[in-house]
Amino acid sequence: MGEVKVLESGESGFATTRFEALLAWARKYSLFQYPFATACCGMEFFSVASSRYDIARFGAEAPRFSPRQADLLWVVGTISQRQAPVLKRIYEQMTDPKWVIAFGTCAACGGFYDNYTTVPGCDKLIPVDVYIPGCPPRPEAVFDALILLQEKISNGNREPATVPPRELEGLSQLRKKVNA
Amino acid sequence: MEPIEDELSDEGALELPSEPMRLNMGPSHPAMHGTIRMVLDLDGETVQALDIQPGYLHRGFEKSCERGNWQQVFPYADRLNYVSPMLNNNGYAAAVEKLLGITVPERGEYYRVILGELARISDHLTCNGAGAMELGAFTPFLWMLKLRDFIWDILEEETGARMTHSFARIGGMAMEPTENLRRNIEELVPKFEKTLQECEATILRNRIFLDRLEGIGILTKEHALDMGVTGVMLRSTGIDYDVRKAHPYSVYDRFDFEVPVGHDGDNYDRFLCRAEEMRQSLRIIRQAVQQMPTDGPVSVADVRVVMPEKMNVYNTIEGTIAHFKLVMEGIKVPAGEVYSFSEAGNGELGFYLVSDGSGTPYRVRCRPPCWFNLNAAHDMLVGGMIADIIPTFGSVNMIGGECDR
Amino acid sequence: MSQRVIERLQAQFGERIVQTSNFRGDDMALINPDSWVEVATFVKTDAECALTHFTDLTAVDYPEREPELPRFDVILCARSLEKRQRVILKTRIADGQSLPTLTKVWAGADWAEREVFDMFGIKFEGHPDLRRILLYEEFVGFPLRKDYPIDRTQPLVPYRELPGQVTKLAPFGQDEGQPWGRIEWHNRLEGGDRQVSPAIAVQVGQKRALSETSAGEGGAEAEE
Repeated sequence: MGEVKVLESGESGFATTRFEALLAWARKYSLFQYPFATACCGMEFFSVASSRYDIARFGAEAPRFSPRQADLLWVVGTISQRQAPVLKRIYEQMTDPKWVIAFGTCAACGGFYDNYTTVPGCDKLIPVDVYIPGCPPRPEAVFDALILLQEKISNGNREPATVPPRELEGLSQLRKKVNA
Repeated sequence: MEPIEDELSDEGALELPSEPMRLNMGPSHPAMHGTIRMVLDLDGETVQALDIQPGYLHRGFEKSCERGNWQQVFPYADRLNYVSPMLNNNGYAAAVEKLLGITVPERGEYYRVILGELARISDHLTCNGAGAMELGAFTPFLWMLKLRDFIWDILEEETGARMTHSFARIGGMAMEPTENLRRNIEELVPKFEKTLQECEATILRNRIFLDRLEGIGILTKEHALDMGVTGVMLRSTGIDYDVRKAHPYSVYDRFDFEVPVGHDGDNYDRFLCRAEEMRQSLRIIRQAVQQMPTDGPVSVADVRVVMPEKMNVYNTIEGTIAHFKLVMEGIKVPAGEVYSFSEAGNGELGFYLVSDGSGTPYRVRCRPPCWFNLNAAHDMLVGGMIADIIPTFGSVNMIGGECDR
Repeated sequence: MSQRVIERLQAQFGERIVQTSNFRGDDMALINPDSWVEVATFVKTDAECALTHFTDLTAVDYPEREPELPRFDVILCARSLEKRQRVILKTRIADGQSLPTLTKVWAGADWAEREVFDMFGIKFEGHPDLRRILLYEEFVGFPLRKDYPIDRTQPLVPYRELPGQVTKLAPFGQDEGQPWGRIEWHNRLEGGDRQVSPAIAVQVGQKRALSETSAGEGGAEAEE
């Protein structure tokens, strides 16, 4: 069978043994989420978790409100300066392996709250794996992010990534025509 | 064995700790109502003292409004009470129109009412649904969110966004209603009734649900008035104050609707008030859709306030200049101060606007209804048990964006 | 509609009501800070006014009014449940001056005054618990004052260093907002009065702020 080597969360590289592939498969389809919901994106998060846009079919339904038991931190909404130590502490309390999704523009880059009280993006405090732009992002964008994260888990890739917007047919053709 | 005697206090008696325990219900907690920190002093399960610390979502709304134009406040205003964004939009637009002294054409007012009441329904659905979920009833939460998604479909077709539409403009609305509006509303009505009936049949006869809501979180009338409480919290105590009836604004005086009023001021009354208000809102929407004129302008025709049509901007010099001045300098609102109020999802949403005659707002003060509601919630929670905090706090419907601004 | 309240106030207090106005239907009475609590108690307890329902307490900063007039306007809104009338009471206080609290009149003034203290630095004497409410205790300064620049952050947690990070142009980029219409208050108060974009020489849209007269007088129509 070969040597069994457990992948650390910080290592990149692809799974070399079937055990590691199995571990990645299990992790990505059973993400326990910690919804750190602060603001308006929390409403879209409710929508994502409920029956029409059903996040349970991706295995990521179960919210665990203790950071010790969760492995995916959803930073949903604006992080204010007062909230920053709280977010950092929650991230530090989570056990490895852990991933972070920055849900919404405020969590990704501060949004249009460019003032004395907003942290310009939660990546100023904690490392982020996937950014979802949108104010608030559509549930379809959230699922794109979740699938992207699941692919990154199975590859072992820890580079931050942003969810690209889905393009309408006509728009992508127009873009090709313009850039040609 | 002899029975234990009562006076054990002299020797060898068990001394139970008598200092209150300090517990932190921190800013990130599963009651999923945004971020609030409560520092509790507990004696066993009873809350003896409570310090509610809001402000974890302070985003600088009032300072940000002073940076741009009067029109640029709309996205910020949207994100105040983010579960019913159209109501905030309407309130702010009405406030600036009061300062300007202009009136919106009838069709625009009806359109505002329709979209605003849809927003109010989705606010109450979220509040009741989340409240039920925290008590363990997850199914009604899913049903109510399903219904909320139907409403958001309509709003998306009308405004382009599911939430935070920024659709109202000073002097009217951004665009005209679509042709499908009437049909969509008519299709919504049976789904609405069915979902609400199913949800109520599921939970309102459940002994546990009733025990956790009835008699808990009681607010008295005098205290509510003293604290400045408005909205469903005030109506649940028995005081009949709804801005739409007391100081009718927009076209609300043309509709036939009732305002539900409770009598005990407990959580159960608030739950039922919200459920009934949803039905009344639907009633208003159906009347508005019937009464709305099918053609006519949605916005005032004044180019000092509303952007001119694109064809005029490209082809006439007056249109170009008007467009230029509106974009570069903003609407020149005359100097003055005004306080304008409307009924938002949580109560009386007021805007105190100060203008200095230029296109930049001098001061935009939002009077948030749930700020004062939360202040009053302090006395509702003291003396109860920890487990009572959850339904009580849920029925206050504290929306962080509005509370902390 | 709320003229009754103004009449009662003038009948009771006479000269101490410095000024009244009715702008766009809002009845406003301006009083001196030393009559603040007395007038507020009167409008709450008087049978004809009966303004028992507290609405709002806030403040506005006019730094350019000094030294002729005090800097801050403190505004109280209250309404009557039965009579459906409202009034706006206003007073002017200077920087560093404190105002007596209204928590003994309406309990709802509690958090409203804490917020005014947090945002403007106006102290209220007799308030049971005057501390910051929206911002954290380590914050220095009062953000809603015009001389506090909006982009001055005071992070509680130092930011991480990220590789390849683009620093934004100051303040937030040259194309941000409308450089013509926006007034950079902290520049103006320091005497710079610069536009955001210094290449634009003509200063269109920058008028002086409110002059000494109250806003209620002569609300001009929208200019062309």
